[in-house]
Formats: sequence, structure tokens, C-alpha cells
Amino acid sequence: MSAWDRFVETFFNAKVMLKYLPDILSGVVVTVELALLIIVSGLLAGLALALLRSLAIKPLNWLIIFVVDLFRSLPPLVIIVLIYFGGPAADVSPSGFVSTWLSLALVLMAFSEEIFWAGITSVHKGQWEASRSTGLSFGQTLLAVVLPQALRLTIPPLTNRTIAITKGTALGTVVAVSEILGEASSAMSNSYNPSPLMMGAAAYLVLFLPVVVAARWVETRFAWKR
Amino acid sequence: MIETFLNPEIIAAAWPIVLAGLLNTILLSLIVVPLGLFGGLVLALLASVRHPLVRWPLMAWVDFFRAFPPLVLLVLLFAGLPFAGLELGGFACVAIAFFLNTGAYYGEIFRAGIESVPAGQVEAARSTGLGRLQAMGHVVLPQAVRNVMPDLLSNTLEVVKLTSLGSVVAVPELLYQARQAQSLTYNPTPIVVAAIIYFLLLWPLVRLLSRLENRALAGRH
Repeated sequence: MSAWDRFVETFFNAKVMLKYLPDILSGVVVTVELALLIIVSGLLAGLALALLRSLAIKPLNWLIIFVVDLFRSLPPLVIIVLIYFGGPAADVSPSGFVSTWLSLALVLMAFSEEIFWAGITSVHKGQWEASRSTGLSFGQTLLAVVLPQALRLTIPPLTNRTIAITKGTALGTVVAVSEILGEASSAMSNSYNPSPLMMGAAAYLVLFLPVVVAARWVETRFAWKR
Repeated sequence: MIETFLNPEIIAAAWPIVLAGLLNTILLSLIVVPLGLFGGLVLALLASVRHPLVRWPLMAWVDFFRAFPPLVLLVLLFAGLPFAGLELGGFACVAIAFFLNTGAYYGEIFRAGIESVPAGQVEAARSTGLGRLQAMGHVVLPQAVRNVMPDLLSNTLEVVKLTSLGSVVAVPELLYQARQAQSLTYNPTPIVVAAIIYFLLLWPLVRLLSRLENRALAGRH
């Protein structure tokens, strides 16, 4: 057997791959579920915080800024481990799935709040004054005039940040979530063969490469005009 | 609550373990940040060669690492390579994975910086007799770096946070040490302490970034 054959036999073993394909696919389902939950809840919470911040209530804004700073400075894996291992001591026992979801949603909330807020403040003051003077209320101005302009600006940085944080679903494997990496790792130790890991790696590329390429397009399409 | 999450006795017992972790996290950051910056600079300089045979593979390289979770890369090196007869320690795996992953991110930032310097600058520098590399080193790069300073800092923050992945491959950095102390004491206090340390360490950088980002935005009107 040549070195090449041995390499293929080890890293791309067809028999092992076929056997563990269903496991990897179920991992893909978990990763996608987790990712969608994180994206939807994280972005909504971030937008909600940014809208609250625009009310300009001083003590509330200090609190928002602190929470945002906190989740921007803590490594996501530390938050996951803290919730998963700290929870039981406070008589709540979140599953690995819930811990990962909650942690990454909080991190995405923090980063997206900053971006949404930057978008809102970038809309010129005159826009506020003009729409208020036409008789629109504060809420109407925010929703109908300011947000549509602000959101457009936030799309490129938001896409990049969302991709980076969503990739963090792989961290769930540390707290026993059976997402792609978790499934691939346990299949690898069961089969004494790295082929499942290669499949897992391929699965991540299939999931995320199209998103990254799309993000490149979005970046040029909605770029900040200087 | 304090008894469980910030127990003074446990803090006292775990402190030496956690402190050793902190020192290793700082050491690890001092190694992987320059490594990533260097990788990024190489990528960006290559990208300034406007030949399609250089540009396309480079873009594919960068997109590959933007799509690939760093932890998967790390596990691939740590658990996959031994099957090819190559057994690297956790530390070496972290260094290589970070070089590849964060290099791609730094590369994109440097590239954007270089592209933000007007072509006239290069032309002027070249016409005074500077070579291509001299023009890049003395004229373009200093301006490029200044233009993308907030992004460079922001990425550096992410890299330092990412060193916590080292805990997965038994590198005794802050999170790993805290988890060791936690399993010794059956108490989450060490992890809380580690979280507080991360926060105190990185909060100034987050504040600075927030200011820089706001200023950049205010300048857009």
C-alpha cells in the first residue's frame, strides 16, 4: 500500500464515513437549530437594547452599557462554562444546549446592540427634527424614519459579527452538546479513525462557506459610502 | 449566593492555580497576537499584488478560515494529526491554529487599510525614487495601519478572548486552570473569579474601542 493509499485509508475511510454519516447529519441539524436560535434571539435582544438606549434614560443607559461591555469582554467559552457548571449551584441545571444558546445569544446581543446603536446615532439630527415637526411621534420617527436608514448602515458589520459568533456553536461540544464537532469527536473515538472529524470539518464548510461568500457580496452592496 | 459563587475560602485556596493560569493567558496572547499580525501582514502584502493568480487563491484562503470555526481547526490539529504520525503538543496546536485563523482576519483588515490609502501616495513615493517595498513600508503601511486601528484593536480583543480555547487541548491558561480548581473544590467560585479577571483585563480595551467606533461614526456625516 502506498503512502497516499494509507493516507486516504486513514483520513477518508469510506467505510467509516458511511457508518457515521447519520451521526454527522444529526449534528448538522443540532448546529443549524442552535445557530438559528442564537441569531434570532441575539439580534432581537440587541435591537431591543439599542431602542431602549435611544430613550436616553441615564441610569438605564449606564446599565445597558455595562451589560454590553461585560459580554464583549468575556470569552464566549467562559460564559458557556460559567452557566453550565455554575447553574446547578444556583439550583438551575441548564442543558449544554441551553447554556450554549444563552451564552452566544448574550454575546451577539452585546455586539449587535453596539452596532444598532451606532447606526441609530449615525442618522443625522435633522432627520429627527424634520419628522418630529411633521407631527410624527417619537416612536413613529424612530420606526418609520430613523431605523430604516440606520439598519442599512448596520448590515455589513452585523453580518460579519453574526457569522463569527454563530461559528461559536462548535464551543457547545465542551458542554456535551451533540452538534457537528461533538458528534464527529465521539465518532472518532469510537472508530479510532479521524475520518468522521474530516466529515465534520467538511460539514462546517458546507454550512458556513456560502454565508461567508454572501457576506462578501453584502459588504460591497451595503458598504458605508465614504 | 456569595457562599456558592464567591466563596472567600475557595478564592484563597484556588488563587495560586488561577494566577498561574492568568500568567499563561498573558504569555499565550503575547505569542499568538504577533504571530497573527505577522500572518495577516504577509497575506495583505500578497493581496497587494493585483494578479488574479495571486488574488483568487488568497481570497479562497481567507474565506476558508472565516468559515471554519477555530475550535474545529484546533481539534483537527490536536486529535487528527496524530493519525498521520504527527503528534504536536496542545501549545503548538494553539499557536498554529491561531496563526492560520487570526492571520486570515488580520489579513482582511490590513488589506482594507492598504486599499484605503490613495493611489497618489504610492505614485508620489515612487516618483521620489523609493522602491516598491520602500513605498509600502515607509508610506503606505503607516497610513494604512492608522486608518484601520480600531479594527486591529477589535480583532486583537477577539484573539485574546479566543486563547480560552486552549483549555480544550489542556493548555494551562486561565480558563483551564479555573476549571481544574473548580473540579478540585466542587465549587464554581474559581470560574467566577476567572470571569472577573477576564473582564477586568479586557474592559479597558472594550471601552477604548467603543469610543473609537463612536468617533469613526461621528466623522461620517
